[in-house]
Amino acid sequence: MKKYTNTGSKDTRSGFGAGMTELGQKNEKVVALCADLIGSLKFDDFKKNHPERFFQIGIAEANMIGIAAGLTIGGKIPFTGTFANFSTGRVYDQIRQSVAYSEKNVKICASHAGLTLGEDGATHQILEDIGLMKMLPSMTVINTCDYNQTKAATLALAEHVGPAYLRFGRPVVPNFMPADEPFVIGKAILLSEGTDVTIVATGHLVWEALIAAEALEAKGISAEVINIHTIKPLDDEAILKSVAKTGCIVTAEEHNILGGLGESVSRVLALNNPTPQEFVAVNDSFGESGTPAQLMDKYKLNNQAIVDAVEKVMKRK
Amino acid sequence: MKPNTQQLQDLTIQVRRDILRMVHAVNSGHPGGSLGCTEFLVTLYQNLMTRKEGFNMDGIGEDLFFLSNGHISPVFYSVLARSGYFPVSELATFRLINSRLQGHPTTHDHLPGVRIASGSLGQGLSVGIGAAQAKKLNNDKNLVYTLHGDGELQEGQNWEAIMYASAKKVDNLIATIDLNGKQIDGTTDEVLAMGSIKAKFEAFDWDVLEIKEGNNIEAILAGMNDAKARTGKGKPVCILLHTEMGNGVDFMMHTHAWHGKAPNNDQLASALDQNKSTLADY
Repeated sequence: MKKYTNTGSKDTRSGFGAGMTELGQKNEKVVALCADLIGSLKFDDFKKNHPERFFQIGIAEANMIGIAAGLTIGGKIPFTGTFANFSTGRVYDQIRQSVAYSEKNVKICASHAGLTLGEDGATHQILEDIGLMKMLPSMTVINTCDYNQTKAATLALAEHVGPAYLRFGRPVVPNFMPADEPFVIGKAILLSEGTDVTIVATGHLVWEALIAAEALEAKGISAEVINIHTIKPLDDEAILKSVAKTGCIVTAEEHNILGGLGESVSRVLALNNPTPQEFVAVNDSFGESGTPAQLMDKYKLNNQAIVDAVEKVMKRK
Repeated sequence: MKPNTQQLQDLTIQVRRDILRMVHAVNSGHPGGSLGCTEFLVTLYQNLMTRKEGFNMDGIGEDLFFLSNGHISPVFYSVLARSGYFPVSELATFRLINSRLQGHPTTHDHLPGVRIASGSLGQGLSVGIGAAQAKKLNNDKNLVYTLHGDGELQEGQNWEAIMYASAKKVDNLIATIDLNGKQIDGTTDEVLAMGSIKAKFEAFDWDVLEIKEGNNIEAILAGMNDAKARTGKGKPVCILLHTEMGNGVDFMMHTHAWHGKAPNNDQLASALDQNKSTLADY
């Protein structure tokens, strides 16, 4: 299988920050809004370089979403930044009415998504945000896997017209996607070709899928690994093409099993080519305090869980 | 040339007729608050706002208006149509299937004049602030106007926005509160007494003006021109517009009963009789 190398672990949120820094220089229309989390969202450079285009809203996320919607009316491209929980669940109706239904070009950028936020616990670890956002008509939903991909997605969103949700995380994780890999919204990336099983992963689970594929290769199982950064619109074609070859699929995500990537994939398969599927996801529960590694282990969101799911799904072929 | 007071008065009566006929035709909608804000919106669009021909979503180089209490869509649609944003005949499609005139205003169907969806309450002030801050970035000296129900102030997002607007010196914004003292379940005092709204805005460091006769066109002109003169001085401006819900129709006044109820045939006839057609019905 094709090998990927960690070129130096970094947090995905720093990829967002680097993307914002570059956008600040390249695109005068880009403005940034933050709800008292400048450091966490890596907005420091943007704020320093473009104070007039940086809006400190305070701890008032509903107001932040509304102000972002209003800024689009003057032709601006607002990027809002706070934790994923406060970016989605807390402000669902504001996003629904003032952004999605109103078709405003707001980019809702969310750090600290999922369990890997760690010790802060379940109040801050949202596992429902992909579902909340993908249910909104007109909303694009992106969940990136590493620093390079998060930076590329941030840049791509400034060129995309329409509401979008960009989900990334807190911890330092392997950085393995090529820095020059083009980011095409809605286009899956085939990381490694295989013939026995398809593994479709998003976010922090993509690296785990690559490790799992290596372990499977050692067992004589050829896994095809697909990096799904865009959950909506989903790249149906890439999924269907792969399962036509492999005949079974495992989806992997740092999200509730209900409403996430796995269910979107199930729908595509049910409509086009019913295929055995196993889910690596949180089994309809809240998270808890712990280190990111402990939590990913306890909630079975790691390479071992992917290997186990592959072995299970292959028996169902 | 700006219309004179008599012309504004004539248009007000015609807009009242539109509101009554629109809600009667579909036996739904919100006439009470619409009638209470008719003089204000007629005067705002016809006399006070700097508006460009046609409709451009960005609104660069003109004043903007955001309706936060979206349920008074009948008056909004009538004033927009009669200000040239879309054909007056389209008012006949209000709340019907496949209409651009949805129960609550939306941009979804590209109705000219509408820049944000509203209906779920409490969101319009934040949007207005964003649009006002975009104007500052664009070096656009025009103003942003917003309108809110008084009951709507019970939504917490307003107070986030009120706090923000003064802290960030959003002084190209005039937010008007329709102070009719009524909401669906009764008077605002009965439902959730808010005390002095004036004192609250002042405590949040806004420049607050009252228009005591909010259904009097001369009073609206004087108050709003005063408000315009107060913009650009470091503070957002709040207008407390004292209105009568259901104004201009005797049986709809002095009660909250007509917040969201349409008149029957006899009631419509009586209401229209009290407001003789001045221009032409749609």
